[in-house]
Amino acid sequence: MSDETTKKKKKAAINDKVWLLISLCAALIVWYLLSLGKATGRSFPFVHKVLPAVGTMNERGVFWKDIQSSMLCVAAGFGLGFITALPIAFLMAWYTPVQKIIEPWINFIRNIPALAYAPLLVITFGVGQKPAIILIWICTFMTMSITIYQGIKNIDVTLIKAARVLGANDFDIFMKIICPATVPFIITAIRLGLSAALTTLLAAESTGAQAGIGMRIRSLSNSFESAPMLMYIILLGIIGLILVKVIDIIERKLTGWQEKIS
Amino acid sequence: MAGEDKLVKLKIDNVYKEYQGRNGKTVALNGVNLDIMENEFICVVGPSGCGKSTLLNIIAGLLEPTSGAAYLDGKQIEGTGVERGVVFQQYALFPWRTVIKNVMFGLEMKKTPKEEAEKIARKYIEAVGLKGFENAYPKELSGGMKQRVAIARAYAANPEVLLLDEPFGALDAQTRVQLQTELLNTWEQEKKTCFFITHDVDEAIILAQRVIIMSARPGRIKRIVNIDIPYPRTQETKSDARFLELKAEIWNEVYQEFLEVKK
Repeated sequence: MSDETTKKKKKAAINDKVWLLISLCAALIVWYLLSLGKATGRSFPFVHKVLPAVGTMNERGVFWKDIQSSMLCVAAGFGLGFITALPIAFLMAWYTPVQKIIEPWINFIRNIPALAYAPLLVITFGVGQKPAIILIWICTFMTMSITIYQGIKNIDVTLIKAARVLGANDFDIFMKIICPATVPFIITAIRLGLSAALTTLLAAESTGAQAGIGMRIRSLSNSFESAPMLMYIILLGIIGLILVKVIDIIERKLTGWQEKIS
Repeated sequence: MAGEDKLVKLKIDNVYKEYQGRNGKTVALNGVNLDIMENEFICVVGPSGCGKSTLLNIIAGLLEPTSGAAYLDGKQIEGTGVERGVVFQQYALFPWRTVIKNVMFGLEMKKTPKEEAEKIARKYIEAVGLKGFENAYPKELSGGMKQRVAIARAYAANPEVLLLDEPFGALDAQTRVQLQTELLNTWEQEKKTCFFITHDVDEAIILAQRVIIMSARPGRIKRIVNIDIPYPRTQETKSDARFLELKAEIWNEVYQEFLEVKK
């Protein structure tokens, strides 16, 4: 790479950071304005009230417990979702009967808000973390299996033909063509799956969880404590952003070969 | 061309192919017979939909004929085989593999030791003028370069017959001419049997020893034209009197078929 392009890239990187800062400042201004309003101020207290809420909740001995509990639910639910979605997606792509039977189920359940069937899970699995994990499992499984399945279906057949005429057998084609060609879709599935896990957290923790970010937001809303509530909501957003960043890094490592429309 | 001292490399024997579509069946090939000699360069021209790609796919073993058969060295073709290499119009490079890894794919399948495979791959990458691009990914290459990699990949697997399905169809005119010259040079060196599909009459005449003209729907061989212009041929050959004569002749036939299709 020549010096000039390096410089240009650096310049662009700085610009992006500046833009992010501007965006953040703008958000703070909007937030501040909201906190001034008589009605909106009740829901949106400003930073100086929200930040100390971390300390308050810590003193109550729940802050870390909530994060820990929620992250455990997300990790376990998402993990189960991923390891089940991957083989099911391949089975759906391979055997049409599997796809014909399962895809309608997924399309049917996918449009039902998780909150609606959460109570059913409680009836079977009792209260606590178990039904929460199962709920996240169901939601992440549906999103990820469909995404990975679509990806496998969209593999360019000429690549498979090209491999075949070069002497590849079925196993080679699976390992050396299907698998690498599916990686970008698997990463997209992980991205969507994690987002599904976080957005169903609230529904999941409505199943009588003892701790958790979602459960805490609910219980704080009963006592009208808007400052710690807002703090927890922002926390959820920050966790989401961190996860996205981690996936971005993994994606760049694994799919650098991909052609991008920029 | 069909001298007695020459061996028949590929034999296409009464090949018939129909497709079962939604609106009933379509006959893609209707009784195609053709003998291709060892080391021969054959070009097939014809309007789109004349079944020329179907014929190539049958020889490659990617499609099965409905009836009739294709033979390589007297043995009936069933399924794909490394002795028949294919170059596709859409390049079909593996995007997650670098240039050298793409070229090495066929050798990898043959379980050639890595060092030897690398040596062979480097040789062909150099032959197609891509030295220095061994570690580039396909996305970093132009269309012409991608097709050069695909040709190197086909050659590296050391096939006896090379099947090329409109390989230069997606390239601009200059790159196309350049790749034609390069392909001719390689063919003269390696003397592999080439079965080349194109819709470009100029391209067919400059490359081939025999040009096969196909008729449309159902596809069958309409005429075979011997190209009696000696090699080495260059781009100047295109202004040759004989070249122009052949071009007019072949064009006329192809154009009639084109009109048939329009009806």
